[in-house]
Amino acid sequence: MSSLAANSIILYLLVAVALVMLGLYGLLVLKDPIRRLIAINIMGSGTFLTMIAFARRQDPPDPILHALVVTGLVVAISATAFALRLILAARESREAAASGSTETEDE
Amino acid sequence: MTVELLPDLVLCVLLLVVAWSALFASTRRDAMALFVAFGMIVALVWARLGAPDLALAEAAIGAGLTGVLLLRAARKLPVSSARRFDYRRHLGALTFIVVAVSGFAVSIILPSPADITANNFDSPVAAAMPDSGVSHPVTAVLLNFRAWDTFLELLVLLFAITGLRQLFPIEKESLEPARTWQLLVSWTRTLVPLLLLVGAYLLWRGSSGPGGAFQAGALLAAGCVMLRITGMLPPLHWSLFAVRGSVCAGTLLFLCTAVLTHSLGAGWLDYPEAHAGTLILMIETLATLSIAIILTLLVAGERKDLCS
Repeated sequence: MSSLAANSIILYLLVAVALVMLGLYGLLVLKDPIRRLIAINIMGSGTFLTMIAFARRQDPPDPILHALVVTGLVVAISATAFALRLILAARESREAAASGSTETEDE
Repeated sequence: MTVELLPDLVLCVLLLVVAWSALFASTRRDAMALFVAFGMIVALVWARLGAPDLALAEAAIGAGLTGVLLLRAARKLPVSSARRFDYRRHLGALTFIVVAVSGFAVSIILPSPADITANNFDSPVAAAMPDSGVSHPVTAVLLNFRAWDTFLELLVLLFAITGLRQLFPIEKESLEPARTWQLLVSWTRTLVPLLLLVGAYLLWRGSSGPGGAFQAGALLAAGCVMLRITGMLPPLHWSLFAVRGSVCAGTLLFLCTAVLTHSLGAGWLDYPEAHAGTLILMIETLATLSIAIILTLLVAGERKDLCS
């Protein structure tokens, strides 16, 4: 496995920063809960990209960081599943509270 | 120089464009579809950065299962209203982000810019590999050197499923059975045996190459989710002992191993060298089972799965 050029690693680090910024921007600006969840996931991808780009500085890439990110992926999906269930539960309880008056907008 | 950078540049531009459109697509359905595409591109980036384990896990978990999860949840949410553009809100957000992130980046990069790409590290993992019982470094880290991480991560999955079970409303269950689409049914019939085969292969392969419990578990979960969505698999009732048993199996075996290794004198999760390979394979097999069932319940679990 040949080592990647230093420029590529810097490029990926910059993209990782850009992804975190993009995700944070989406999180602050968007109001749809599903899109906010997507924004959080994109921020997570930026974090993972930072770790993997740093891992690539060695010639066999650093397995510790790889293992941490594999763990992180599974934690990310369980957090996403839990958050989605929370969103749906909040929606359902609001519907139950406003029984009668039809509430359609969720923004 | 520039030719070498070309694939990286293409991947990076794709990544950013798709991430932007996944956030700001005009409809929510487009946003979710683009997020799945984003996951696939991230998997390509992992492959480019020399992380095949991650590419496999990302393609199965990040793109596949998260996509199903979002699409299924969005079915029950109302259509989001059109965005109203509020300049002050956007400007405030932009200022905050630029200040925060650039301050962070500068404080890291400025002190020692050369360190960012310096590669004069001695890896303690490579030195310890012969004692680990497996020959693939990532698996060795996950299940031997840093087995605590994996153990606690299985606990996180358990917490997630426990939390999920608490959040179902008691009275109504309105979810109609999904319409089974004929093409989906025949694809499922073709794909699920393949997924099972590839999952088992990845589990076995994990000790010597890219693969392992997480990737195999995610693939098996993908198969179970497809079967569950098309209605070919009966509900995984929580009251069934087999379901609860397989949800807990990985964590329990980990716990037993930890207690045994501790009481035999070596220390928590410090495997005896002679049996490390066998132990790791056993833990990985049960962890795969647990991960597959938990992910299936997290992604496709409904009221009749989790609360009966």
